Amino acid sequence: MAAVMPAPSNARLLLSGNEAVARAVWEAGCRVAAAYPGTPSTEMLEVISTYPDIYAEWSVNEKVSLEVAIGAAFAGSRSFCAMKHVGMNVASDALMTLTLTGVVGGLVIAIADDVGLSSSQNEQDSRYWGRFAHLPVFEPADSQEAYEMTKLAFDFSEKFQVPVILRMTTRINHVKGLVTVGERVPHAATGFKKEPARWVMTPAGAGKRIPLMFERDKALRADAESSPLNLIENGKDKRVGFVSSGPAWMHVRESFPDAPALKLGFSCPVPLEKIRAFAATVDQLVVVEEVEPLIETELKAAGIECRGKDILPRQGELAPNVLKPAIAKLLGEPEPQGLKPLGRATPVPASVFPRPPTMCVACPHLGVYYTLSQLKNITISGDIGCYTLGAGHPWNALDTTISMGASMGIALGLDKGRADADKDKRILAVIGDSTFLHMGMQGLLDIVYNGGNVTVLLLDNRAVGMTGGQANPGSGKGIHGQETPRVDFAKLVESLGVKKERIHVVDPYQLPVLFKTIREEIKVPEVSVIITDQPCVLIDDYKKQQPFEVIDDKCTGCGNCVDVGCPAIHVMRREKVVKPSGKEVELQFVNIETTACTGCGLCVQPCAPEAIVHADLTRPMRLVRH
Amino acid sequence: MSDSNVTNILVVGIGGQGVMTATEILAEAAIALGHDAKKTEVAGMAQRGGVVSSHLRFGPKVLSPQIMAGTADLLVGFESAETLRWCHYLKPGGLVLMNTARLVPPVVDLGLYDYPDDPIAEIRARGYRVHAFDAMAIALDLGDIRLGNTVMLGAMAGHLPFPPEVLLDAILKRFSARKPHMVEVNRTAFEAGRAADAAATHSEEVVA
Repeated sequence: MAAVMPAPSNARLLLSGNEAVARAVWEAGCRVAAAYPGTPSTEMLEVISTYPDIYAEWSVNEKVSLEVAIGAAFAGSRSFCAMKHVGMNVASDALMTLTLTGVVGGLVIAIADDVGLSSSQNEQDSRYWGRFAHLPVFEPADSQEAYEMTKLAFDFSEKFQVPVILRMTTRINHVKGLVTVGERVPHAATGFKKEPARWVMTPAGAGKRIPLMFERDKALRADAESSPLNLIENGKDKRVGFVSSGPAWMHVRESFPDAPALKLGFSCPVPLEKIRAFAATVDQLVVVEEVEPLIETELKAAGIECRGKDILPRQGELAPNVLKPAIAKLLGEPEPQGLKPLGRATPVPASVFPRPPTMCVACPHLGVYYTLSQLKNITISGDIGCYTLGAGHPWNALDTTISMGASMGIALGLDKGRADADKDKRILAVIGDSTFLHMGMQGLLDIVYNGGNVTVLLLDNRAVGMTGGQANPGSGKGIHGQETPRVDFAKLVESLGVKKERIHVVDPYQLPVLFKTIREEIKVPEVSVIITDQPCVLIDDYKKQQPFEVIDDKCTGCGNCVDVGCPAIHVMRREKVVKPSGKEVELQFVNIETTACTGCGLCVQPCAPEAIVHADLTRPMRLVRH
Repeated sequence: MSDSNVTNILVVGIGGQGVMTATEILAEAAIALGHDAKKTEVAGMAQRGGVVSSHLRFGPKVLSPQIMAGTADLLVGFESAETLRWCHYLKPGGLVLMNTARLVPPVVDLGLYDYPDDPIAEIRARGYRVHAFDAMAIALDLGDIRLGNTVMLGAMAGHLPFPPEVLLDAILKRFSARKPHMVEVNRTAFEAGRAADAAATHSEEVVA
């Protein structure tokens, strides 16, 4: 990543969409950039933080990151913020009024839609925000375009005094392609000028700005009609003409090289007249857009006949394997077999077990979920982060996951809305440090204030784990690794009103203590907070210890260690036996992948026959083989 | 090579094995020769031991970054079952280079699913050619399991539309910039990979 920074101008670099945007942000003379990490947007700010001349920060949530960028733009600085699609849901309160004030310094907001849900709780189309907030939307189709459009977006933002949404998707953010880069052109801040009628959005003030927003809509649409970002590539096969944007554009060109196609790089407001003229040159028009039928709906409303989601899916990516059969069917042609006619059926995948993501070897969350999986008569509301994996095997320990910080409010609702039959059920909530600071604190305050009976497990691993271990106010480090004040979670929750005796800080590798603490606190009919305090194994704070191994002769096959869920523990042999009680049980004889084990000792604790011991490191490491 | 003059290479494995890095090095080699290139992953939460499939397409001009099933020129598998999972992406009769290492996921250890008995046989039964070798064992013999990545790259070197030296240069360039002490051992790992592929080519001929 750091290699991006010193590259000279006119160099051709292999960059992801995120890296390309970062380079462009720097070259455009941006002075302030802020984000909260979220796949697939995270690398934008990570890379920006490696450039000099830009103030970069991890904000506590997306709304704050947008507000920081807004403030900087009000001060006449070029500013940038990035977020994943669900982040804009959080930030939208600021966005919806920002559209009334507009900006002075160029403001670009990159939103990364996780089309195909590689790492998200939903799939949503951020182009809606352009319609909802009356803002221009640019949609790059690869890294080079992401780079060019970002630079252009800053100029555009200043020309129209409007923030620009750069809509990306996973297939742009994380695809690497060649980018020819340029030089940085500094832009000094023009300074904040007092203008209450513009910057103070009271009802009276805002009311006067709304007509100006509508005027701006007209100007933007006129610009879209002639924008070089909206271009036509001619083709001789005029049976179908395509209108497309974003990564789908590349898939259209790949699949139908002979068809005429109109590319919308500046896709909101839609250049209706340009499309109307294009439609007149082809037999029929097909709109290829990921995810929702936004352009299609607007074309139809304008009386431009087209096909779209009636023949293409409204979910997931529109890759050639989706497009080619759909268009063949539309044209009444035989279905293509694979990308090129292969003279046989589209290849069928082999049947192989699923391989869902797992917790890391020695993850401090393993102890928590092992403990929770041993408890009965409980309901657990979960949250967003690595610990969402606790919903999977072998723990099956989460009952709900909705959105960042939602574990708190949902736990309170589960408590207050409980059925009579559930009166003895204990309600727990599991939340990570960063998610708690992002949006969980308010929920806990609500539980305290409204007398909820919830046991909160605050898993403090000092990092935003799932996105790669970024810092947060609980890490004591900033985006550059610099020292910052560190949140004291025990003091924080106490100040929110949790009783001191109901707050416990526990080492999650000490299973008996963890078990005892949780079991006692769920019995207490008021809010408790149990904080675990061991670092994520992927960050520098984590210290590896001597690995363990299994003495084969001592392993009795009880399987207790398997229930911990550590991926370094492997079952080598299964054996069915009948117990004296007559019950048939399956024994699981295990081994430990010594090369992966970091010696956390979680599996040692439930091992009754003491078959797990420190590995003899004088012998060569062995691979566990099945 | 597909008809469009674009070479499609699919590299698969699990999160943490260096699949994405290997593909990036391949891409750098292709770019050094003046090709256009795009590289993309289907890597949902890959850092957590999930499935990773990394697509590399290079040629005079690359549009879509994604390789479609049935069109890969070469499949490189860093893990046995993962190679089987993705083998239908190969063009008919295509070549598979695979690490025979079996990385068993928790769902198999928990007894919820079975690990395939003989992935190589299943892949061959589909009409693909297979060069198989134990890259992890080779890497461990060289003293560092992380060299498995370079072993796999070495194995690919004889099956690319450019000379092996170009790929070796791309690998060593990375290490000379960041970890100069690792240059020589990576050169050795690269050659070990080439030798493993050559031996596997021989055994493939015997099987055939």
